[in-house]
Amino acid sequence: MTGSLTILRAGPGMTVQDLGRPGWLEYGVSRGGAADRLALAEGAALLGQVADLAAVEMAGLGGEFQADSDLRIALTGAPMRASIDGTAVAWNASHLLPAGARLTIGAAQSGSYGYLHVGGGFQTPEHLGARSAHLAAGIGAALAEGDVLVTGPDSGRGTGLGLTPENRFEGGTVRVVASLQTALFPQAELERFEGTVFRRGARGNRMGVPLESDGEGFRPDGARTVVSEVIVPGDIQVTGDGTPYVLLSECQTTGGYPRIGTVVPCDLPLLAQAAAGAELHFRFIPLEEAVGLERAEAERCEGLRSRCYPLIRDPRSMTNLLSYQLISGVIAGEEDVL
Amino acid sequence: MAEERAAPPVPEIRTVGVDGMLVSFGSRLSEPANRAALAFRAALAEASWDGVEEVSTSLVSAYVRFDLRHLDHAALRARLEALLAQRDWYAAALPGQRRLWRIPAVFGTDLAPQLPQAAEAAGMTEAEAVASLSAARVRVQTIGFAPGQPYLGELPEAWDIPRQSQLTTRIPEGALAVAIRQLVLFSVATPTGWMHAGQTAVRLFRPDAEEPFLLRPGDEVQFTPVTPEELQGLRRDPLGGAKAEELS
Repeated sequence: MTGSLTILRAGPGMTVQDLGRPGWLEYGVSRGGAADRLALAEGAALLGQVADLAAVEMAGLGGEFQADSDLRIALTGAPMRASIDGTAVAWNASHLLPAGARLTIGAAQSGSYGYLHVGGGFQTPEHLGARSAHLAAGIGAALAEGDVLVTGPDSGRGTGLGLTPENRFEGGTVRVVASLQTALFPQAELERFEGTVFRRGARGNRMGVPLESDGEGFRPDGARTVVSEVIVPGDIQVTGDGTPYVLLSECQTTGGYPRIGTVVPCDLPLLAQAAAGAELHFRFIPLEEAVGLERAEAERCEGLRSRCYPLIRDPRSMTNLLSYQLISGVIAGEEDVL
Repeated sequence: MAEERAAPPVPEIRTVGVDGMLVSFGSRLSEPANRAALAFRAALAEASWDGVEEVSTSLVSAYVRFDLRHLDHAALRARLEALLAQRDWYAAALPGQRRLWRIPAVFGTDLAPQLPQAAEAAGMTEAEAVASLSAARVRVQTIGFAPGQPYLGELPEAWDIPRQSQLTTRIPEGALAVAIRQLVLFSVATPTGWMHAGQTAVRLFRPDAEEPFLLRPGDEVQFTPVTPEELQGLRRDPLGGAKAEELS
């Protein structure tokens, strides 16, 4: 059975995102998809469903939503204050949103992108085989007040699960590998890059984020004549003034600026989520090590479901306490907690 | 120039990020390297090896993205080397089903304000520049940067002019811009370092159309000068007056 969710209020930059649309690089369309792909895997684990369903991505600010039918929902990514009909609910958790209930989501408390998932995923129209909005490419549009999002058939059951996320919301150390043009930078510049404390610039978006630092810009040796070459998410492009710029999911597909290295994909959520001003450090690792990390991360994502645990609720916030079966304050996992 | 007639460079295989490999047929743009890249990509698509997720081309190279759980770098490199050894890719023919597109364009005026600057950089008068740019039959060497957006070349030697060091804040959709012996026809509004010498009304990417992309690599393009008034009339047509004929 399908349902729907009405948007009563939308923060700017709120879009529908899935894993993106691979296969169109040849025609100049980058894969796009969720800025924080790990958040999609977490939402899928919390709802017990596949990870390629579409969710709502909220850029820094949430909104207000009303369920038009009973919906299972999950909240992941940048932690935001959330409540259902005025009662606070946990982030990184799944909940029942009953028909007619209002879900209110505030600003990100840390990080940049929060996600609202529903059982069955959102069934908005597909373009080139995916539902992701790709605003830079002119595909889809930002969500706005009054939009009604149809949800897919939900074959899953149960809510009231929580998941402890990888903390990727406050900056930190990002691992990179050497890539196509790393060798254009003198060894001393690469070492200085590794030794620099960067801050995530304020102008970042789904295409990429600038890295600010107090020192000089980074200079390749005579790289003005680099032939335009394929770009992948995670590439760290160094623009004319020497500022590194990390490309994210909605990046362009080719470019002529030299790239000093490429962020290892499993560390990319940390970069996408770093809020403006968050400190970032970069460390080169060998390709073989990066391959090992990626394989381990893929396995970890597949095992996320087994890491979900039943939510423990604070009895003081429960207005209908007597209607619950309470065993040491733990709600049995099968029950809906609202 | 003696270097131009020298044997083509040997293809080079490099890694791209963690899960990609690139076969480059040259370190600078040349006709044989571009043909080699297009032909090698077609061969990769046809081979459709297990674990390969996506293939594409840029100006002089073919890119492969693969699934690290089903393929490793050593195995992929060995396959790429074996495929490279099968033939002389630099001597490859252009892809089949090519078309010649004639696209109306306004050169100069306030619709394309950098024509004077571009003409001066190329050592021509504005009239000479318009004549040269509209006489050139350029080829789609690759599509990239933005959806459906072609890199078109190669222009006569005089157009070997650099990109600007300062970016233009916003070049509009349909803009025709020139640098380094190439034209780029912009499919979206974006900042750029290329010089805005012409303006068209063509829409290169229509996500809801049955065929979302107008141009294919290998297609040829010639720009026909029109007046701003004529261009205004063409804006109602999604093709902006562009007409195609099949090339055998």
